[in-house]
Amino acid sequence: MSAPTMPLTRARWALTDTATLTGRALAHWARQPGPVLVALLFPVLLVLMFGYLLGGAMAVPGGGNYREFLLPGLFTMTMLFGVEATYTAVATDAARGVTDRFRTLPMARSAVVAGRAVADLLHSLLALAVMLGCGALVGWQWHLGAARALAAVGLLVLLRTAMIVAGVYLALLLRSPESVAALQILVWPLSFASNAFVAPDTMPGWLGAVAAWNPLSATAAACRELFGNPGWGGGSFPAEHAVALAVAWPLLIVAVLGPLAVRRWQRLDR
Amino acid sequence: MVYGTLHGNIGRGDGRVNAPVIDVEGLRKRYGDTEALAGVDLAVPAGGVCAVLGPNGAGKTTLVRILTTLLRADAGTARVAGHDVRRHPERVRADIGLVGQRTAVDEVLGGRQNLILFGRLHHLCPARARARADALLARFGLTDAATRPVRTYSGGMRRRLDLAAALIVDPPVLFLDEPTTGLDPRARGDVWDAVRALVADGTTVLLTTQYLEEADQLADSVRVVDHGRIVAAGSPDQLKSALGGDRVDVVPRHPGDLTRAAEVIGAATGGPARVDVDRTRVSVAVTDRVATLTTVLRALDDAGLAAADVAVRRPTLDEVFLRLTADREQVPA
Repeated sequence: MSAPTMPLTRARWALTDTATLTGRALAHWARQPGPVLVALLFPVLLVLMFGYLLGGAMAVPGGGNYREFLLPGLFTMTMLFGVEATYTAVATDAARGVTDRFRTLPMARSAVVAGRAVADLLHSLLALAVMLGCGALVGWQWHLGAARALAAVGLLVLLRTAMIVAGVYLALLLRSPESVAALQILVWPLSFASNAFVAPDTMPGWLGAVAAWNPLSATAAACRELFGNPGWGGGSFPAEHAVALAVAWPLLIVAVLGPLAVRRWQRLDR
Repeated sequence: MVYGTLHGNIGRGDGRVNAPVIDVEGLRKRYGDTEALAGVDLAVPAGGVCAVLGPNGAGKTTLVRILTTLLRADAGTARVAGHDVRRHPERVRADIGLVGQRTAVDEVLGGRQNLILFGRLHHLCPARARARADALLARFGLTDAATRPVRTYSGGMRRRLDLAAALIVDPPVLFLDEPTTGLDPRARGDVWDAVRALVADGTTVLLTTQYLEEADQLADSVRVVDHGRIVAAGSPDQLKSALGGDRVDVVPRHPGDLTRAAEVIGAATGGPARVDVDRTRVSVAVTDRVATLTTVLRALDDAGLAAADVAVRRPTLDEVFLRLTADREQVPA
């Protein structure tokens, strides 16, 4: 029970503590599989709703199968939805005093967030696997080889990472698990004001510009490009540089909200 | 790890022998315009229970949060188990347990899972963490509920699990922040028994409470805090004697005579006689027990008032507390 004085000991503890807290999140899922399954299956429901109920009325820019266009948008949206899970978990701990308990233990403090991040990424990878499988069943596929497909998955994971940072920051800011309702509403206009479902060109001018620059549009467009799915067309700057923006946007979110989240965490002792 | 040796580490941090386990000097903390701690000095020796007694908002929780490294003080120093809370918070954390006001356990997991989790975060190996969890569950009567999710626990069970979680490594110093608030009398008694057992094993306990009875029952020494200051310190007995010494209680035969009896007794003894309507009792502070008793009885007789009961007693900690926090001019030096 010696104090962590050696840097090597500190590093080892940070790793084991992260593993311990990842294990805790997995134990939560085993105890309460309901919300996990809903989070996995809800995007599948969206595939059916948008692919089949509304899909017939949708025109793909430049022609092509709407479901081929839609799926990368829904992959992206699934990553955005993840912010709710991160928020709820962190805010619940902060509100219940569990975070305080962690802060009185001789554990690595970074592990509290790192454990959360690893667990959330695992869940998102599972959600992506379900969505890729679902996409394959409804006629979506990648056309440009496994390497590019993997790169697309990498961009999705990058977006999810940014959503983890955003979720942690918002949770430490508000510390109220109930406020997730606001987040649940907010993700919808955020998703629809993007190219996830339709091309921004079909929207009124100003809204189309917002949608074109939306970080979700960047990831969705980059995925379409890398999977070889029908794209959103148009010669605008964000359309031309989708992959670069799909890297830049999440990094920007992490660069801005990351330090703010760290500051929030440090200010817990003020 | 041998648990017994942990207690031997107390005070070794700065090389002093018999150094206080909790040593606080000039601690200040301000939130905006509110001065939560306005210069607190506190020295708690090893072993026993120190109760920090005060009304809501007196600064009790702020003090505990600073001592447990959750909060940073604006000024002053604090050492816990020989370690400076500001400079070596990680060393403090290895030597303390905290039971906060809010239950700080995972509601979704079972009791056993919780204790294993906290054991692992104390860097016990998995086998050791499991063994420790089982031992603590047995000790706090939670073995039967070990696998049930904590959200199905009663308030008393939750509190016991919270306490167990604070005792994973048998910390030499334990902080209990209003540990029995909101508990029924039986659950409160369980917590008290647990605290007594810990003290018997050599743990030093700092306990905050709003309940005078709790301080009276458990504490070796009491600090009364109000508005961020310690306004009185001493053993429960010392505090009781410091404030007006013994009291004479008179219960009039006819409850209607209460006010008149108070007037008569007040005039006869020259001191303010307090009326306790709930107990239909008049109470007056005395210096000389026998002489005052005679004076009181004679005065009542002269006024034609009959007494159902007369008693000489020590003041309750309640009376001490009310005087200290309601009327700070009368605080003894």
